[in-house]
Amino acid sequence: MADTANPGTPPAGPETTGHEWDGIAEYNNPLPRWWLYGLYATIIWAFGYWIAYPAWPLVSGYTGGLLGYSQRATVLGEVAAVRRERDARGQAQLASAAVAEIRADPALLRLALATGKAAFGDNCAGCHGSAATGRQGYPNLQDDEWLWGGTAEAIERTIRFGARSGHGEAHVGDMPAFGRDGILTRAEVEAVASYVLSLSGKPGVAGAKPDKGAEVFAGNCAGCHGEAGKGNPEMGAPNLSDAIWLYGSAPEQVVATVTNGRKGVMPAWEGRLDPATIKSLAVYVHSLGGGK
Amino acid sequence: MATAQPGLWKRHEIFEKNSIILLIGALIVVAIGGLVEITPLFYLKSTVEAVEGVRPYTPLELAGRNIYIREGCYLCHSQMVRPMRDEIERYGHFSLAAESMYDHPFQWGSKRTGPDLARVGGKYSDQWHREHLIDPRAVVPASIMPAYGFLDRPLDADAIADDLKANRALGVPYTDEMIALARTDLKAQLDPDGSGAAELQRRYPGATIRDFGGDKTKAAEIDALIAYLQVLGTMVDFKIYEDKKNLR
Repeated sequence: MADTANPGTPPAGPETTGHEWDGIAEYNNPLPRWWLYGLYATIIWAFGYWIAYPAWPLVSGYTGGLLGYSQRATVLGEVAAVRRERDARGQAQLASAAVAEIRADPALLRLALATGKAAFGDNCAGCHGSAATGRQGYPNLQDDEWLWGGTAEAIERTIRFGARSGHGEAHVGDMPAFGRDGILTRAEVEAVASYVLSLSGKPGVAGAKPDKGAEVFAGNCAGCHGEAGKGNPEMGAPNLSDAIWLYGSAPEQVVATVTNGRKGVMPAWEGRLDPATIKSLAVYVHSLGGGK
Repeated sequence: MATAQPGLWKRHEIFEKNSIILLIGALIVVAIGGLVEITPLFYLKSTVEAVEGVRPYTPLELAGRNIYIREGCYLCHSQMVRPMRDEIERYGHFSLAAESMYDHPFQWGSKRTGPDLARVGGKYSDQWHREHLIDPRAVVPASIMPAYGFLDRPLDADAIADDLKANRALGVPYTDEMIALARTDLKAQLDPDGSGAAELQRRYPGATIRDFGGDKTKAAEIDALIAYLQVLGTMVDFKIYEDKKNLR
């Protein structure tokens, strides 16, 4: 082939593999040494790995490896280690102390407020907002109106079991759908809505009769909301005589509330959060400004 | 032109010159890896933990799961709390294989533009989910999730019995009774006072029966999706689950 070769091609090149396709041959250069030894090293490493770590499936199990490594055991160990560290820094006391004791101890209080603030962002801000100011249907935790009581103990209980959450010890209060279920007529609903709005000096539904509303209120609403409409935290019945309106104070919003009832749900956090975190949240929420 | 040396290491010429033989050879090599790594997972008991409480999805939850898949929720939300401490602190106990053993296909995912949803069940109220799906920014101002306001349209559940059947073909233990009564059960789950509630509870122990914030007489897509979201991660009671004992 020398006479047909490109004159620029050296007559004796590197060794070829001996294969030839359409006159094209293939060089048989050795692999770079570093690469080849790297490959051998990984093969040897694999044997070591098989022996040290869980590797081979068997008939009814798998080889566990000499190191006994388990990802789940490792992470559970890490979780336990950080719990121990936190317990040593006071978390254990948070779990065992009552909320009143936490509030009385400055060091515990500081820890609870920090823990509560972090947990609030993760778990509560979705509904109550990151500043705990709530929104329509989700109570503002910065004000001093508390549906289910505003003491730190009451707040703790509400966080643990929730409201209408399905938990056995949850708060249950039922605002009936007075209009939808036909307990009151449309005129009576508008009258009682206007009466309720008049308690805080707000204008009612145009053309409705607040006097008639007072009568309807005494017969249907006073049982939970009290004769003066001051509310009752035992039933989760809000104070209707103040300026705070969870579902809005426009006449049509109040009419909608009386017509369809309201059943706001707060999830139960017992089981999802540990006792120290729940108590910290109670102390934190209580500290926000409106705690009683 | 050099001539081929005889010997085993020179025999690869046959693979290099015949594409079909090369293809079959490659298939065999890859299959060995697959067989060794994947097949044992089907027969080893340790693959799926022994747990109590995990049941097949109710028809309503399954319909919700179908919507979850249809809308591509998995593109932004994973459903697996990985065994790492930071994840456990944020989301709760790491996910167990048993918790998704009736998921076909599983929704573990790997992309977290939004938070993991493996344990979202019970974390928010139905009303919150409703408001959040219709307008995410209404409840989470910084959210970048798209709005799914159109989900309040009626749920088309004509094929739900076939969905159950398809899942049974893949190994989910739906009974003939469950399949025959799938449409009845789907409606029954929305009405705790209805006649079908007790039967549904018997077929699907622990199922949550309520209106999920909607109209109990008409199943909407959003009701089904919320029913599905509210059951995620709630079937295993971790108060009685023991890692050491249940890890086989």
